[in-house]
Amino acid sequence: MDLHFTNAQPIPEERAAVDAELGAAAKLGDGRGTRAIANGHLRHERHLLLPVLHAIQKRIGWISPGALNYAALRLGIAPAEVHGVASFYGMFSLEPAPATVVHVCDDIGCEVSGAEKLCAELEEKLGAEGKPCAGKNAKWKRSACLGLCERAPAALVTVAGERPAEQVIAPASASQIQSAIEAAEHDTLPGIPDELKVETAAPRAGSAGLRLSRRIAEADAIAMDGYRRLGGYQALAKALELGPEGVLREVAESRLLGRGGAAFPTAKKWEAVREQSAQGKTCYLVCNADESEPGTFKDRILMERDPFAVIEGMTIAAFASGAATGFIYLRGEYPLAAQRISHAISDARKAGLLGEKILGSGFRFDVELRRGAGAYICGEETALFNSIEGYRGEPRNKPPFPTQSGLFRQPTVVNNVETLANVPLIIVEGGAHYARTGTENSTGTRLFCVSGHVRRPGLYEVEMGTTLRSLIQLASGVGGSGKLSAVLLGGAAGTFVAPDELDVALSFEGAHVIGATLGSGVAMLFDDTVDLRRILLRIAEFFRQETCGQCVPCRVGVVRQQESLRRLAAGKPLGKVADELALLKEMSQAMRDSSICGLGQTASSAVDSALKRWRLFS
Amino acid sequence: MGGGTSSYREIEETSVILLWGSNARETHPIFFHHLLKGVRNGAKLYVIDPRRTSSARWADLWLGLEVGSDIALANGMGREIIAAGLTNDGFIRHATSGFETYRAHVEEYTLQRAEKDTGVPAEAIRKVAHAYARAPRAQLCWTLGITEHHNAVDNVLALVNLALLTGHVGRYGSGVNPLRGQNNVQGGGDMGAIPDRLPGFQHIENEELRARFEKAWEVKLQPKRGWTLSGMFDAMERGDLTTLYVLGENPADSEADRHRALKLLGGLEFLVVQDLFYTRTAELAHVVLPAAAGWCETEGTVTSSERRVQRVRRAVPPPEGVRDDLDVIYDLARRLGHDWGKPDSEAIWNELRSLSPMHGGMSYRRLEQNGGLQWPCYDESHPGETFLHGRLWADPLIGPRAPFSVVHHEAPVDQLDKDFPIRLTTGRRLDDYNTGVQTEHFASPLRREEALDLSPEDGVRYQLREGEKVRVTSRRGFVVAPVRFDPGLRPGLAFLDIHAHGQIATNNLTIDAVDPRSGTAEFKAAAIRIEKCIED
Repeated sequence: MDLHFTNAQPIPEERAAVDAELGAAAKLGDGRGTRAIANGHLRHERHLLLPVLHAIQKRIGWISPGALNYAALRLGIAPAEVHGVASFYGMFSLEPAPATVVHVCDDIGCEVSGAEKLCAELEEKLGAEGKPCAGKNAKWKRSACLGLCERAPAALVTVAGERPAEQVIAPASASQIQSAIEAAEHDTLPGIPDELKVETAAPRAGSAGLRLSRRIAEADAIAMDGYRRLGGYQALAKALELGPEGVLREVAESRLLGRGGAAFPTAKKWEAVREQSAQGKTCYLVCNADESEPGTFKDRILMERDPFAVIEGMTIAAFASGAATGFIYLRGEYPLAAQRISHAISDARKAGLLGEKILGSGFRFDVELRRGAGAYICGEETALFNSIEGYRGEPRNKPPFPTQSGLFRQPTVVNNVETLANVPLIIVEGGAHYARTGTENSTGTRLFCVSGHVRRPGLYEVEMGTTLRSLIQLASGVGGSGKLSAVLLGGAAGTFVAPDELDVALSFEGAHVIGATLGSGVAMLFDDTVDLRRILLRIAEFFRQETCGQCVPCRVGVVRQQESLRRLAAGKPLGKVADELALLKEMSQAMRDSSICGLGQTASSAVDSALKRWRLFS
Repeated sequence: MGGGTSSYREIEETSVILLWGSNARETHPIFFHHLLKGVRNGAKLYVIDPRRTSSARWADLWLGLEVGSDIALANGMGREIIAAGLTNDGFIRHATSGFETYRAHVEEYTLQRAEKDTGVPAEAIRKVAHAYARAPRAQLCWTLGITEHHNAVDNVLALVNLALLTGHVGRYGSGVNPLRGQNNVQGGGDMGAIPDRLPGFQHIENEELRARFEKAWEVKLQPKRGWTLSGMFDAMERGDLTTLYVLGENPADSEADRHRALKLLGGLEFLVVQDLFYTRTAELAHVVLPAAAGWCETEGTVTSSERRVQRVRRAVPPPEGVRDDLDVIYDLARRLGHDWGKPDSEAIWNELRSLSPMHGGMSYRRLEQNGGLQWPCYDESHPGETFLHGRLWADPLIGPRAPFSVVHHEAPVDQLDKDFPIRLTTGRRLDDYNTGVQTEHFASPLRREEALDLSPEDGVRYQLREGEKVRVTSRRGFVVAPVRFDPGLRPGLAFLDIHAHGQIATNNLTIDAVDPRSGTAEFKAAAIRIEKCIED
């Protein structure tokens, strides 16, 4: 804290933004005859760093050296470290920036829906990307997937200032973006960040037979009364009757596997943490809502339309595993979900469903919402812990696994949003009953994010084991030219599937048969007009942007992968095409074998799968 | 035996740290990084210092006491610990003596009295006293803010009383630690570079101990202690000391009341200086012997603050014309009629081991194997001691009881009055060490122009601009220095560092009021006035 790069001082607004987050500062160094000064009470609260940086960014639009120094001083962290954290996240600017920033998605889902055309129009109307728009306190910039793929192309507007605002525009047009900038200048952006139309987001919402998504058609599920009327909190009451052991038994019997991508048995995680909380250890529960896998938006829709289900699932998980504190780590680009979840948390507290003595029992649990700040890697569970703790979101080595040493180095359950949303269902109908849905090894239903060239993109819930072909039919078939050339299954870290593989069963084991993965539930369709080479390049660029740079195989590999693909696309391979392809393959193997986390291990997965299926370069 | 009782590791694993009279953040950066690990591990840090230093900014609570009021503060804390029933009675009964006398003595040091003497709010004193006494483990660490006073030994004893009251000594994680400023300050003392001690802290006035050395060395040793450094200057003044051989010291810059020191050094019949650098003292010498750099051009050992003896190995030969200290001393001995043969650092070390029991088990081989050993280490099967004074907890008690000491608060000798209304205190900065001999030639990105630090309020009071030169006068001399405002200072308190004597001879101002028991002058408290300077 005494390591100042500069003597830069905060302006009053920056100081106020930090103090509003941390509480007013005790007397700091005024020296006027003061003989005793207490400080350091925030020294062990480094986890407040990310919220503090958000507060500065929201108020000022960028994080100045003075603001950074002040945040460092208040939290007792060296400025160099604060700089390291602030510069880690895409949503923080360390250079002066206009108040209004329009993030325009040019990722694969939006690209096939006209993102490039949109960007060209913006360039014409607003000027070059990243440069201030003439006469306006605003700029626009390209962005990775915003998780709005069902309404591509998408844009997110952030406005810093005394009354900060966030606004989703999807599908976006240049003129809508222009009016949003205008509205921001006049302080007239609507208070609700997104008017989510459920029939667009989830075309089958309200249909019979839906389980996880059964409430998303109901507008009042977002309020406590509505949620309860629709069956909410019956599960928690039953869980309290069953006791932790009973809940664990039901979840074990349900054979629920994690929906975040790794498909780990949920009950096993809970049991491991339960054992340690029983020994008196402080344990945590983390809901991983950092849904950043390109093409994924299912968790967002759940949180926007059925936020209490997530909170209830967390409460039951905490009850079973013995955690007294929970965190929801929410993707920074999800303003509506943030609003809905934080309302749900405060309503649940008011109703005695969070906090002390939940439902009159001795059970105590509370939840804090933490927003990410634009870093894909933070979806990796250990990177997520570091991010919450106020460090750079760099993954840790495993082991130790989170159940042994997770958040704040304590035993931690970390579950994905969709996983937790399954929990109330399991408790209400019983684990054995739940396991009757789906396949032997993949029980229950699964949420799929169908986007790209499809007639009705959106969220689809299907029973595990349903074929990809049926899923596409459910979404009214292939869009675009009507002729399918490829499906990307599982997201940017997933695999491409060819049109002759559509009978693959969408279950963990079914996908495995064709060397694919369900990943985060992405099914992105590409018609025969799409140049798949461009898609591969965009995926490679995404990983190049999102590597945390911590371990060598990934840091170097993702750059080399993109360079290699560029050379191939330009028809200028190193040596023969076959040599270049062999090089790609070797790099991909090195990344898979030696990267410390899933990002590096899967960064070449989609490219690999495409090169295996098609001769894209010759 | 004199040394810090605890290992660095214990600082990292303690629960309360009192950093008293020390700006370790800047002056003991290696120690401070261990301290910060402790803080990160959850230890509470309390910093006691007239200045709100960069160390104090890391503290849970900073107590900005009046310069030289440490005993009032310590006695006040002691009284509060007794009054609140937080004493460790078992330990006091088992291992200490003189508690009742101490209790009666500190009775008058109520929190209100301590507040009056120190300027620190009573509530803050109470808080620190309670935190220290209640801690499962606690470390009391100090540096020159305690020892550079006319009553330095009393200051230390006042702190030791607190450790005895609470039993925070002789246990893992609890201890009392003076911090050493260099990699081998501890080693210098251990080897007998103290006026009354032979190597291994063996008293020269003890006949039995002295006899062992006389037998080994086949010479008669003087039966009485020698002079301290400040004692030597008094002897020069009396004419008793006319020849001085200075090794690796720069008293021309470092002594308090520099005018007097320069006069006395200049009046010597014969002055020899042996040093790496051509110091201000060397400039006055009749003979200068260029010496090799201990850390890279010689073989031997160094001993750190945690009593860890480590090997030093020669990495490069010294430049031409420069000799190892051992070579010089052996040659000198030969000229004086004693041929000791060819110097061999390991043989000398083994001789030390045969004479200093606490080093007995530290063969070069073991030092190398273990990456250093902590004394005492009596024989080759002894792993060395992580902390000292564990004997106080042994049942039955081993050795003598640890005595409480009765010490009184006494204000600094150089009193403030209307002619000298500002309290000047001195110290070091991160970039430099002592008189700057070793450091002034290195560039440092943090080093700033030397200046007199004043509180911003005094800047207003004296109508000064930052950077403006002022004349700083004490009862002994003056310097001219630019001013800089430091919000860590309160009105009436000024600070000068002791490094750049070429530019600002800080010791023109300091007082040579010496503690007779330690031989250290009261560098920390001078009375000054400042006057605007007409630009020259």
